[in-house]
Amino acid sequence: MREITASRITDTVARLCVEVNCHLPQDVKSCINTAYADEPWPIAKEVLGRILENADIAAERSQPICQDTGMACVFVELGQDVHISGDLSEAIHEGVRRGYTDGFLRKSVVRDPLDRVNTGDNTPAMIYYEVVPGDLLKLTVAPKGFGSENMSRIAMLRPSDGLEGVKQFVLDAVMQAGPNPCPPIVVGVGIGGTFDKAALLAKKALLRETGGHNDNPFYAELESELLERINALGIGPQGFGGKTTALAVHILSMPTHIAGLPVAININCHVARHITEVL
Amino acid sequence: MALRLKTPLNESDARKLRAGDSVLLTGVIYTARDAAHKRLCDLVDAGKPLPFDPMDAVVYYVGPTPAAPGQIIGSAGPTTSYRMDAYSPTLIALGLRGMIGKGKRNEAVIASMKQHGAVYFGAIGGCGALLSKCIKKAEVIAYEDLGAEALRRLEVEDFPVTVIIDSFGNNLYETGRKAYLEQRDGK
Repeated sequence: MREITASRITDTVARLCVEVNCHLPQDVKSCINTAYADEPWPIAKEVLGRILENADIAAERSQPICQDTGMACVFVELGQDVHISGDLSEAIHEGVRRGYTDGFLRKSVVRDPLDRVNTGDNTPAMIYYEVVPGDLLKLTVAPKGFGSENMSRIAMLRPSDGLEGVKQFVLDAVMQAGPNPCPPIVVGVGIGGTFDKAALLAKKALLRETGGHNDNPFYAELESELLERINALGIGPQGFGGKTTALAVHILSMPTHIAGLPVAININCHVARHITEVL
Repeated sequence: MALRLKTPLNESDARKLRAGDSVLLTGVIYTARDAAHKRLCDLVDAGKPLPFDPMDAVVYYVGPTPAAPGQIIGSAGPTTSYRMDAYSPTLIALGLRGMIGKGKRNEAVIASMKQHGAVYFGAIGGCGALLSKCIKKAEVIAYEDLGAEALRRLEVEDFPVTVIIDSFGNNLYETGRKAYLEQRDGK
């Protein structure tokens, strides 16, 4: 049994919240650099240039890349041979509280969806637990802005809708979202499971290295095809028109019921923040 | 080549703008998001004065991050505008001349812009650090309890925006995409 203290978890989460909000992950930056080089449309190229310049300014001044520093989504892979001394969930919330307060990040969480009073410290974090073999604790912090979250979709397709139905649903969601989610976007797609599991898969797909592919060659090819078809829509950076509408499509799938074909699409903006540390 | 304009923005200047124009704004603008818009419209409904004069004013849909020590304001890029659609026609009818945000607007907002001569500008979403450099002064003038959503008076210098929807209803989200696709397909 390996021992990890709650205070170490708090310190780590606090540091990761600030780090990821001020420094665009390298994988995302490299995708935007490639898009910038490939973009033939002048206004689109100009927007991509501004986005890269913004990331440099943010890093240099240690200031948030975007003012929507998001809801703090924290993914935990807890090794079953780890013992936490202290309250794990509270340690994570405290890390978010400290990171968002001391790091001058925006507090964007309301205590109730209908009375809408701000909690003042960006808690609670949205925590996703997974228990895995081993004695390590893996923490991924992925702050999620709601300009893109609001454009996400879920559908319970019929098995007869098949592959074509899935493709159409993804393309329709991106087209309907248009300029709203701050393109160029990263598109997370979850296929299978249950209603809720499909949504979780779509969100987890956004954690993958941006532009990387599913290990399954079928899904890897589907990712490439969807990316090409999304970029043929012409929406462009910020919706001003152009080639670069999406930086990547990431798909995750799992078994589902004989009667169902759940599909969820979780859209991320170009500030596709994610950072992982293993304790 | 960007056009330089000063706020407050009069109707004659606003009517000259066309979808796709690049504009650098200098002067005073006011920040308001969802919660502040609701309060502003409640005041209008109650026949009470607003915390700022809406005539020829420009409103920026933004909830900035807190200013770190030595900063005027934190990161301050636009939020998605459609959430303000329910409130915008009320303010436009009172003379509001410009809105800065990102994303689509509904037909009611566009009709009201055409009728009263208002313009919808887009700032680049997700460029909050870059845009904050154009903000030279910031003060909360109402609704401090709303935190990031408080109503602020900003003084901006050469704040870069693009005309998305002009006062005739032309829409860059439609024309920009169409122009790109036509050029790509060699039409």
